Order: sequence, then C-alpha cells, then structure tokens
Amino acid sequence: MSDTATTAADRIKQEISENPVLLYMKGTPVFPQCGFSARVVQILTTLGVKFKGVDVLADPAIRQGVKDFSNWPTIPQLYVKGEFVGGCDIVSEMFESGELKQVLADKGVPTRG
Amino acid sequence: MALDAATIEKLIKAGLPDARITIAALVDDDNHWSAHVVSSAFKGKSRVQQHQMVYRALGSRMGNELHALALQTSAPEE
Repeated sequence: MSDTATTAADRIKQEISENPVLLYMKGTPVFPQCGFSARVVQILTTLGVKFKGVDVLADPAIRQGVKDFSNWPTIPQLYVKGEFVGGCDIVSEMFESGELKQVLADKGVPTRG
Repeated sequence: MALDAATIEKLIKAGLPDARITIAALVDDDNHWSAHVVSSAFKGKSRVQQHQMVYRALGSRMGNELHALALQTSAPEE
C-alpha cells in the first residue's frame, strides 16, 4: 500500500470516528453534484439528522480511498457511528421501510418526530 | 464507453450463476440502469454484502464504464 493510500484510510477512519453521521458525497449538502448524493441528503434532511458531508470531488485521494476502505465502488456512502450503512439504494430502501430511523435510534442518533 | 443490459446481465450471471436478473433503463443512455437480482447466494447476507457480491461480479466496470446501477437484491422466497 502506498503512503497516499495509508493516509487516505487514516483520514477516513478519523472522520468516521469523529462524526456520528458522515456522508461521503459528490458536492456539498447544500449543493449536491449528483442525483444519488442528493437523494441521501434529502433523506437525512427529512429525518432531521445532523450530519457532516465530505465532498469527494474536492479530494481525489479520499474519493478513491473511501471506495477501497469500504470495498464499495460508488459514491455516496453513508457511515453511522463509524459503520458503513450503504449507498443510495440501500439507504433509500431502509428509509422507505422505516429501518433507517430504527438503526439511527439504536445507535443513539436523534431524528425528528 | 457504456455497457448494455445484456453485458451487465452476463457479467452478473458469471459471478452469481443462479441469479434471476431484471434490468431496466433509468435513463435511455446505456449508462444509467436499475437491476433487481435474486440469488440463493444472498441467503443470510446483509444488504451491504449482497450488493458487494454484485459489484464484485461487475469488477472494475462499476463506477467507471458503468456510471449508475441502482441495485435491489434479495434471496429467493422460501
């Protein structure tokens, strides 16, 4: 593993341990650059979840690093309490079934309503 | 470079031979697809693991030639 890859993995580990809900996405929560990222932002906003968005387009090392880290080839990627929850399809499915709200509650993340 | 539905189906089948696959276009551009994959290999696996198995079958194409594949996976009904 190259130094760059190690550094990216270390940064990701630190970010997901410091932020209870972290979304690796294309663009920012206010201005998403991809429909799939926008969808996850919309779900988290609907649930009233406080989260941090990391724009992978601003950092190629993190963009590749997060794919290697989770063995997941696409962005967005949602992490809750350091654990990879899924990409847009899984998060959408879990939101629609009510499972996402339950997972957040189980992990002690407050949601609205 | 884009992938057509038949190629996507062939790749998934190569990785998950018993899979039943339904592919539909999200946008008519050979680049945005949705796939529903049913395979007994998914039994007892989490959704993340199921999607990872499909991604593994697609190899490096996912996220490159294949920009978007909305995935839904499940094990066959008992």
